[in-house]
Amino acid sequence: MQVQLTINGEKHEADVEPRLLLVHLIRDVLRLTGTHIGCDTTHCGACTVLLEGRAVKSCTLFAVQASGKQLMTVEGLEQDGKLHPLQEGFMAEHGLQCGYCTPGMLMTSVAFLEKHPKPSEDDIRRAISGNLCRCTGYVNIVKAVQHAAAALQGGA
Amino acid sequence: MEPRTTADVGGMGHSLKRKEDPRFIRGRGTYVDDVQLPGMLYLDIVRSTHAHAKIVKIDSAKALAVPGVLAVITGADLAKYNLHWMPTLMSDTQMVLPVEKVMYQAQEVAAVLATSRYAAADGAAVVEVEYDPLPVVVDPRKALEPGAPVLRTDKKDKKDNHIWHWEWGEKAATDRAFTEAAVTVKENIYLPRIHVASIETCGCIAHFDKIDGKLTVWMTTQAPHAIRTVFALVAGHVGLTEHKIRIISPDIGGGFGGKVPVYPGYVIAVAASVLTGKPVKWIEDRMENLQADSFARDYHITAELAANKDGKLTALRIKTLADHGYTDAAANPSKFPAGLFHVCTGSYDLKAAHVEVDGVYTNKPPGGIAYRCSFRVTEAVHTIERMVDLMAHQLDIDPAEFRMKNFVKPEQFPYKSALGWEYDSGNYAGALQKAMDTISYAELRKEQAARRARGELMGIGISSFTEIVGAGPSKHFDILGLKMFDSCEIRVHPTGKAIARFGTKSQGQGHETTYAQILAEELGIPARDIQVEEGDTDTAPYGLGTYASRSTPVAGAAAAVAARKVRDKARKIAAHLLEVAEDDLVWEPGKFSVKGAPSQSKTIQDCAFAAYTNHPQGMEAGLEAVSYYDPPNLTYPFGSYICVVDVDAGTGEVKVRRFVAIDDCGNIINPMIVQGQVHGGLTMGLAPALFEEISYDEHGNVQGGSFIDYLVPTAVETPKWETGHTITPSPHHPLGAKGVGESATVGAPAAIANAVVDALWHLGVRHVDIPITPAKVWKLLREHGVRG
Ligand code: FES
Ligand code: FES
Repeated sequence: MQVQLTINGEKHEADVEPRLLLVHLIRDVLRLTGTHIGCDTTHCGACTVLLEGRAVKSCTLFAVQASGKQLMTVEGLEQDGKLHPLQEGFMAEHGLQCGYCTPGMLMTSVAFLEKHPKPSEDDIRRAISGNLCRCTGYVNIVKAVQHAAAALQGGA
Repeated sequence: MEPRTTADVGGMGHSLKRKEDPRFIRGRGTYVDDVQLPGMLYLDIVRSTHAHAKIVKIDSAKALAVPGVLAVITGADLAKYNLHWMPTLMSDTQMVLPVEKVMYQAQEVAAVLATSRYAAADGAAVVEVEYDPLPVVVDPRKALEPGAPVLRTDKKDKKDNHIWHWEWGEKAATDRAFTEAAVTVKENIYLPRIHVASIETCGCIAHFDKIDGKLTVWMTTQAPHAIRTVFALVAGHVGLTEHKIRIISPDIGGGFGGKVPVYPGYVIAVAASVLTGKPVKWIEDRMENLQADSFARDYHITAELAANKDGKLTALRIKTLADHGYTDAAANPSKFPAGLFHVCTGSYDLKAAHVEVDGVYTNKPPGGIAYRCSFRVTEAVHTIERMVDLMAHQLDIDPAEFRMKNFVKPEQFPYKSALGWEYDSGNYAGALQKAMDTISYAELRKEQAARRARGELMGIGISSFTEIVGAGPSKHFDILGLKMFDSCEIRVHPTGKAIARFGTKSQGQGHETTYAQILAEELGIPARDIQVEEGDTDTAPYGLGTYASRSTPVAGAAAAVAARKVRDKARKIAAHLLEVAEDDLVWEPGKFSVKGAPSQSKTIQDCAFAAYTNHPQGMEAGLEAVSYYDPPNLTYPFGSYICVVDVDAGTGEVKVRRFVAIDDCGNIINPMIVQGQVHGGLTMGLAPALFEEISYDEHGNVQGGSFIDYLVPTAVETPKWETGHTITPSPHHPLGAKGVGESATVGAPAAIANAVVDALWHLGVRHVDIPITPAKVWKLLREHGVRG
């Protein structure tokens, strides 16, 4: 089947099997390997991308379901050479170690902060509870999101 | 400790931002599954539905009819090349693919090679395997009973399921101490099977180039060099020789011990690539990862502790059944089949101790790897910390006071433990006192009494652990004969920038940053000017890899030693340039100046340039050094953790309200990274304490084989960790550092378990095995008359 979609502002077309998972389209066909795979039961969130601005687990959608839609992956966060405040926050607060969960954490947090610009710590913890991290113990991820929230507030 | 270098140089003690992060936050890391080669084939694995069964027939016809499927590989195919069995790291044997029978559920039975991921999976789904079920043994105690079915029928003359018996310490002296003891306590402690569950699973791409005969394998491995040698030893007879094998361990999405072993999938992918001449990718999915990759723990421990009438501990006696699954594929130093379990006297000054461990075969996948831990140290710490707590409660002495009374004292270091280890340095009371002050221990005890009076269940738990890391001195430590040194090679370029390569492999620990900081400390070259590389066996010097917190103690030391060699040569060059004797020069990080004439100086960069443009006659050009560091001793990080829990009498749920962790890992290279390691370690201590377990029903069906019921903690269950440190340098490490990546995983579960028992002690509860699930606590409460 033919799919057409816009990823990070660029139009893409591909001829895919109807059962192809969105994450495999992104990674294997379009070679955007920042989006990761960490499970087969929709638990880890390593595959999180934005579909029409909503954080979705791309391992749990078919590529054809994204046809005609706007997608953003971690590769799209940096704009004109300027990092997204969340990317800055993760680096500043040591919010990543092996980096495997990081793209998913970033995308979940991007969608979250857009809706909740002034979150409490508990809000943040709940928001990222669909993303597993085995390395950081989450403390610094929470700080990274707070860091970005403050930066976004300051910039607004 | 004040840093000796400026922030610009970024040596030890600076919280330098990580060099690895710019690529990771952009999604530009390169993990194994990100590598895609032209013409690449995919491998998928057919796994056993039975825990123990004869293979009657494997029918590949339907699979071969699937479009894109090229081949179905079975044990019989590999047997033609004598590749169907392989040695384990403990010199046992493990099946790559079975010929006669399967030994655990989810074992590899056959592999499907296809032109795409999906075709390979389609093929694997329709390979038909006919099994003839055999009696299943899952309980190691039953495995040892007379008449139990003998599992390893492949081993001629094997008449039972006992693998080995190992003991250590003075039995007679220990028994005597128990006879003379005023008080003894005894407990059965089970540490269940758990899985590291790094978020990246395991996998590889094997690429055999038929023209030059070279095999390149991108692989999720923590120990690339050792893997290369193992491959050469196992497959030498089919023409793979070590100079024609290149292992590349690219970015690794968490390891924690799970990426040390050689799994059958890697070997099948290599065999498939050698046969086809095409690159072959094998990436396991999460369920395969949780059900078939090596496991940690599975120790059935019976421990006894003795004390005299003043509450002074005297002796420890331990018997353990170690459930290894169907083969002993533990990743241990060869001499120590139970790893470093015999550090189990912990932080306490005991006069006598004796440990026995028996390894047992069962119908489970191979066990015995670490879960973010140095070779069974968690098992040791959990045992001694539970037992000390039990004794304190039994004697009605506050557990903190009891520990203080029994600790090895600072003036006793270097301290020879009852089981023969020489602890390098420590101040155990200092760490516990700091933890008590941080958490306001006395206040908490008052609060607990008040709450208890109101019928609320609050507990305070302590764990004052001693670790043993940095394996290890070549006299005692090897894996398959390979001595456990590690290495660093430095090349300083003419313009004063440098590249350094190591035999280790970071999986998130931040080596690119911390190693650069060590070199910056020793050479005064800014850390940003130093490129650190590891994980490619064609370029990096040989080393045994990263696990068991050995990178800083061993490779970190190699970095310091190699840097000092570079500095020694730079000093000769500086003397030549300044026309003075070497002894007339003083070093401060980054430059040599003439004694008494500080304006006359040469920077390390000046020396580097001269090393290529104006080196003294009679000296070789260039500025390079290499060190293969053989540590004189292990290092012994320690810490004290205090945990406060609230137990819900209605639901049995345990909530960690506060957790204070005071760690001492000696001198600190990067405080930010050390704190991050402790946060992560604590979370991997919380996980098995409250949530994680992989168990088996009587038929050998795995329970907990996916993230649906293997409960890796999320941000919601994870408390806000409170961390701090004391600093007691290692006297033998060139930088005074000890290693920290695993301390918290090792120390945390006992603090949590002790807190829960402390909350329930007055009801008559004496012990609870981890994971302390709501169901377990609920049952315990009901058994002890609490209705909630
Ligand atoms: S890969 Fe785990 S949720 Fe998508
Ligand atoms: S940084 Fe490794 S899984 Fe999150």
